[in-house]
Amino acid sequence: MKGVRREEEQRRGVFTRRALALGLGQLGLFGLLATRLYRLQSEEGERYATLAEENRVSARLIPPPRGRVLDRGGRVVAGNKLNWRALLVAEQTQDVGATLETFSRIVPLQEHERARIERELRRRRRFIPVTVREFLSWEEMARIEVNAPDLPGILIDVGTTRLYPEGEHLAHLVGYVAPPAERDMDGDPLLELPGIRVGRAGLERHHDQALRGRAGAVQLEVNAVGRVIRELERREGVPGLDVQISVDAELQKAIRGRIEEGTSVVVLDARNGEVLAMASQPSFDPNLFNAGVSAVQWREWTRNRATPLINKTTNGLYAPGSTFKMIVALAALEARVVTPGERVGCPGYMDLGDSRFHCWNRHGHGGVDMRGGIKHSCDVYFYELAKRTGIDRIAAMANRFGLGVDLEIELPGTRRGLVPTRAWRQAQGKPWALGDTVVHGIGQGFYQLTPLSLATMAARLATGRAVQPHLTHSIGGRPVRGTRAEDWPSLGIPERDLRLMREGMWAVVNEEGGTARTSRLPAALGMMAGKTGSVQVRRVTREQRERGFKVENQPREWRPHALFVAYAPYDNPLYAVSVVVEHGMSGSGAAAPLARDVMVEVFNRFRAGPGPRVAEAKP
Amino acid sequence: VSGTFERRLLTRDRGAGILQKLWLIPWSFVLLLCAIAAVGYVALYSAGSGPEAYATKHAIRFGFGLVLMLGIALIDIRFLARFASVGYLGGVALLVLVLVHGNVGKGAQRWIDIGPLQLQPSELMKIMLVLGLAAWFQRASWERIGNPLFLVPPVLMVLVPVGLILKQPNLGTGLITAMVGGAVFFAAGVRLWKFALILAGAGLAAPIAYRQLHDYQRARITTFLDPESDPLGAGYNIIQSKIALGSGGLWGKGFLQGTQGHLNFLPEKQTDFIFTMIAEEFGLVGALVVLWLLALVVLFCFAVALRYRHQFGRLLAVGLGTNFFLYVFVNVAMVTGSIPVGGVPLPLISHGGSAMLTTMLGFGLLLSVFVHRDAEFGPVRE
Repeated sequence: MKGVRREEEQRRGVFTRRALALGLGQLGLFGLLATRLYRLQSEEGERYATLAEENRVSARLIPPPRGRVLDRGGRVVAGNKLNWRALLVAEQTQDVGATLETFSRIVPLQEHERARIERELRRRRRFIPVTVREFLSWEEMARIEVNAPDLPGILIDVGTTRLYPEGEHLAHLVGYVAPPAERDMDGDPLLELPGIRVGRAGLERHHDQALRGRAGAVQLEVNAVGRVIRELERREGVPGLDVQISVDAELQKAIRGRIEEGTSVVVLDARNGEVLAMASQPSFDPNLFNAGVSAVQWREWTRNRATPLINKTTNGLYAPGSTFKMIVALAALEARVVTPGERVGCPGYMDLGDSRFHCWNRHGHGGVDMRGGIKHSCDVYFYELAKRTGIDRIAAMANRFGLGVDLEIELPGTRRGLVPTRAWRQAQGKPWALGDTVVHGIGQGFYQLTPLSLATMAARLATGRAVQPHLTHSIGGRPVRGTRAEDWPSLGIPERDLRLMREGMWAVVNEEGGTARTSRLPAALGMMAGKTGSVQVRRVTREQRERGFKVENQPREWRPHALFVAYAPYDNPLYAVSVVVEHGMSGSGAAAPLARDVMVEVFNRFRAGPGPRVAEAKP
Repeated sequence: VSGTFERRLLTRDRGAGILQKLWLIPWSFVLLLCAIAAVGYVALYSAGSGPEAYATKHAIRFGFGLVLMLGIALIDIRFLARFASVGYLGGVALLVLVLVHGNVGKGAQRWIDIGPLQLQPSELMKIMLVLGLAAWFQRASWERIGNPLFLVPPVLMVLVPVGLILKQPNLGTGLITAMVGGAVFFAAGVRLWKFALILAGAGLAAPIAYRQLHDYQRARITTFLDPESDPLGAGYNIIQSKIALGSGGLWGKGFLQGTQGHLNFLPEKQTDFIFTMIAEEFGLVGALVVLWLLALVVLFCFAVALRYRHQFGRLLAVGLGTNFFLYVFVNVAMVTGSIPVGGVPLPLISHGGSAMLTTMLGFGLLLSVFVHRDAEFGPVRE
């Protein structure tokens, strides 16, 4: 019994020591936890408070509505429409694959769409929405909403997309929008929003800054899955400005309705250079760019030899042919190498060294003065004038009329064209021959000019002012410079010389024997002054000429282009027109009648002159 | 005066009246448990943004647990000691059952359904292990404990359930179970050099064991070492928990005002990360108060151990106290990013019925020890 008690005391002693050690050890560890808490909550508290705030608050940009483009009459030619989208938030569904599978049974998804969705899901964080399908129809949306319980993670969201009500008719001018590329990133945070579009071509691109507006911002409290709990602060953005253009959509459509593939027509307000119509055939539907153009469609456009994506009025390059002859005449007058009354003999050709240069009229025009030279478009007369004047003086005069210079129109990528000079030729390492000058006297040779610049030339001939073609009438309701004739300086050509040109052009259309006599306007509308032109696209050899060459027998793409420049009314110029019909054979046969029809259309549409706008931008 | 009165009552009558036993129950300790459960109620109210989600259930479970605890407290400790082996074997049987027939959750088999209750046998096992080991060691003399052969059965008693728990797999609970067993061995008087030997062996085996770990367990260890390495993956929980704790500051963001918790940045805020929730809303002050309340429970266990006259109750109290301590320590260390995360709840505060019931069961045993502190056991065996 005594041993038992000793045993008990020994055991108890060991236990007490060890239990105390355990207990104190555990108390010590509690102390460690308290120290740890103190470090986190007191010493580093501020840092973690910031992190918690960053977790909680998410700043989001509100995309402003893109400004509209309105035509002369206030019609919307580029507007916005609602775009209903289905988005997928990966974090809100257990099984992304199953959700997409179910979605696909409701709204079928293509293989490439699936690939894109999966790519974006991999790239983005799990609570960031990924676009599954855009441009949902009402029916599709209804089906998605009804099946919402089976579609965890799918949200319906509304954005805006661009709408071009006139479709292909104004596509070359208005351009189109597309998602921004890397090079578009100009530091504007707006461009990083999903679904945002920037102007990629035409006025959409030129006026992108004005149309785009400035993003608003909202500070949101979000939870861990990124869902918005409440709004903390909001700063409104600035909506994009509406741009009103000078083009009349109805006129544009009427003109495009009557021209064929390869034809360009430009109609300017001769007094101030406002573009009233600018038609190029064929064209494309800019609405297709909203959803992204498919590779097939893109290939079709870029491989099409008729180049639907290219605006031929600003990017098509043609030799001006006889429409250039007024420039040669004015250069000769300014150089005082000829007087208007001097007669030049035309036997149907001109010999220069070993070469013979033919007049279009093989029988010759006999003795021709300046007025007659223009009226009959006598080549030999202008060979002679060019020879006397020299190429550099002709080029300088051409530049003053807007040929071969940058016209600064608001269409990105517009070509300035080419007006050759002696220096230009020498820069290519070739000498300039006198024969070259002679050929350039009738607007053939190296010239490469756009239909827009030819219309500009017509307007400058009509007014004597350096009007520049432009499309923008007002931005955000404020008119831009250049809408009044007085905005444009005089060209400094003596009125007497200009009148001589105008009389010649009047005679072309309105006098017996003029090359466009059959295309004069109905008497009620007044008189048109113009000049025809036909441009070879292939050189005609001597053997062909001797064997009785006829252009009518050539394949279409070898036939000459037909050109016509004009303005009207003759006594009070309001409109300037240029027409280029590719492979149209002759200016008098194909281009002049079309120009007459265009003029009639313009007169009917603007009975009281193009004058003040029918309607200003509507809200 | 009352002390002698009680003792007289007990010595005179082995089965003292229920009223007398109720009188002996340490009501201040019961009050302490109620206070901790109340903290749990408040925290779960916030976690569920109202009482419906978690808080009401928590209160009901605590009520049941309280009844269970007091019921066990009234049972004679000698009776309980006699059935220790039955309890132990029952615990092992449940562990086997859960492996064969359990419900899979988070990649491990941990639950079995008993009616409406989901039981986690590994929780129950820790209590039963303490009971079993205390029963084994209660009559062993100092010499006898020095005999290595005498230690073979209790070592197996530890290794079998630990092995079964690791097989679930549940690394955290397995290690805690082993440590609880170790604490009882230590208090019973197993020689210190034997512990040194085992620790050295464990140190050598660690690299091999690491290779045996499941991927998610390894991920916990690697993300613990560098949580920022994968902020949206496995390290997310630790980072968000630290942000929540730290942003709570000294006084906290206020009841129901914790942004991290209420905006769901905090994962599993009603179970594993409930302490984070408390620390975010009530700050360092609140967190330390809660920590102090929990430390008081551990202190009470050790106080009972030191005052009790017989080895069985002493070992039981040390084992239960260590078990409770390890729960608290692992959980708080985990949410403060001090040790790798491993699904260990905070006793009496976290949402969950199984943990609540086993904790209260353990305290029932502890109170039974306290109430029957003067009960006579048989003599020490040579």
